[in-house]
Amino acid sequence: MSKKKSTENYQKTFAFHFFSWLHGEKDPYLGNVEMQPQKEYETDPEMVLRHEKEHDAIMDKVYDTQHNVQLRLFHSLYEITSILFCLFLMALLLVTISYLPATGVAEKPVNNEVAARYIENGLEETGAINIVAGMILDYRAFDTLGESHVLFVATITVLILLRLDKNKKGEINPLTKDMNPNDRIYEPKNDAILRLVASFLVPIIIIFGIYIILNGHLGPGGGFSGGAVIGAGLILYLNAFGFEKTERFFTEKTYKWICFFSLSFYCLAKSYSFFTGANHLHSIIPNGTPGAILSGGLILPLNIAVGLVVACTMYAFYAMFRKGGF
Amino acid sequence: MGPNLFVNYGEAVAAILFCIGFTNLLLQTNLIKKIIGLNIMDSAIYLFLAEKGYIAGRAAPIVTNGVTSAEAYINPIPSGLVLTGIVVSVSVSALMLSLTIRLYVRYHTLNLDEIAAQLKKEGK
Amino acid sequence: MTAFQMILMGLLVICAISVSFSRNLLNSILIYMSFSLVMSLLWICLESPDLAITEAAVGAGITSVLFFVTLKKIHAINIAEKAEEKKSPQHEALQNGGKNE
Repeated sequence: MSKKKSTENYQKTFAFHFFSWLHGEKDPYLGNVEMQPQKEYETDPEMVLRHEKEHDAIMDKVYDTQHNVQLRLFHSLYEITSILFCLFLMALLLVTISYLPATGVAEKPVNNEVAARYIENGLEETGAINIVAGMILDYRAFDTLGESHVLFVATITVLILLRLDKNKKGEINPLTKDMNPNDRIYEPKNDAILRLVASFLVPIIIIFGIYIILNGHLGPGGGFSGGAVIGAGLILYLNAFGFEKTERFFTEKTYKWICFFSLSFYCLAKSYSFFTGANHLHSIIPNGTPGAILSGGLILPLNIAVGLVVACTMYAFYAMFRKGGF
Repeated sequence: MGPNLFVNYGEAVAAILFCIGFTNLLLQTNLIKKIIGLNIMDSAIYLFLAEKGYIAGRAAPIVTNGVTSAEAYINPIPSGLVLTGIVVSVSVSALMLSLTIRLYVRYHTLNLDEIAAQLKKEGK
Repeated sequence: MTAFQMILMGLLVICAISVSFSRNLLNSILIYMSFSLVMSLLWICLESPDLAITEAAVGAGITSVLFFVTLKKIHAINIAEKAEEKKSPQHEALQNGGKNE
């Protein structure tokens, strides 16, 4: 007796779907991928012609390149002079470099007692295995505080330049209205492939970023690189799932409070360190055993603070470029 | 001409990259290409600094097996300087790109010559 | 290792030159992206793994994404402008004038 299934039952099985897909009879992604095939970019020939005419008219009127011999001379002279200047600069730099001490040799003025001191006493004084992290977050922490504030100020400036003003009803201020063209025309919405890949990748990327931040004093990495990795992961998430999903956990308020707490924590922690005598870096916080994750005194919390600021800044740049606000 | 030009080939490449970026900055009329030129100049400076700190045959400045002699590791100072510099250069380019968008909204072009021409036309 | 470094540096110079000679803006941004990627390989050769991680995340990732978004925004501004111009009576008059000629 053959146990052959009836056609109706057979059509429900996995094998039927698989073989029909194999023979190209059915495309399982047909209804699921809503990405429209992109239209060819059509240039309106009239528009192009008109733009070219306008451009030529402006150039003729202002520069008058046909008749104004002086201006034409100036243009060619400018190009020749700048090329010559760059060649001269290159030759000058190369000659200077040929007199510099050789690369890769230990005995040269760059490797002076400062670097030797950082390497020899760094582990003992800061408790960080990664000497670079110990340097930028302990010996030179004030410098890094300035860098974090540079990021914060840059975000604020971009916000001033690209922000769309909204009133209480949510209407956009007409003065800034031309800043708000709908740039999501070509965006593939509900793209199944991108969403699947992103749902695999985003957790891995963010966990890797957290790992880099937390291991900043034990290996290569730290707040700056880990924050940038987390920011990249958030950008991928935003691209795949849209603003509705990210607005649930990241708004302007979140950015404000994260930056406020991170920067003021950094500031307070290091001013405490300065108050207790920054020149020999003794504080009541123990350095711990080198190699443990809870070691290195203030380096781990400072790394977390810097990482939060950098991640928020990277995400905020992207969000402001995309829709003018968070 | 000194003796070390071909020994210092890393620094020489950094100088060449710097000049290429500077030429971009001078001769390109497109704003986005100017910004890319500035970024290339940034990278050239970082390369120069890192080449200065590199010592052949020594390890990265991460303490391994408890060895803390200055003989074992490369110079950590350029790494620390460049690390913060890279992140700051991102914020600088973001600032420049947002200014570019504002200019495009106002003048509808990325060409610097055309912007100058329109400014002249407006009588400023 | 030195030969590898030299190859990477040659790639850097080629990328930097071809940025200025490519006609398409998108192409030049992609070339800049590969420039950053080569740079992050070079940092590993120069024994600075911190810089390699940062450059790979920042230079090849976020800076290029910001460039792409800028291009996209400019394109969107263009399209919005075109749509508005088609609605405005000035454009119609201009079109009619063109046809009459």
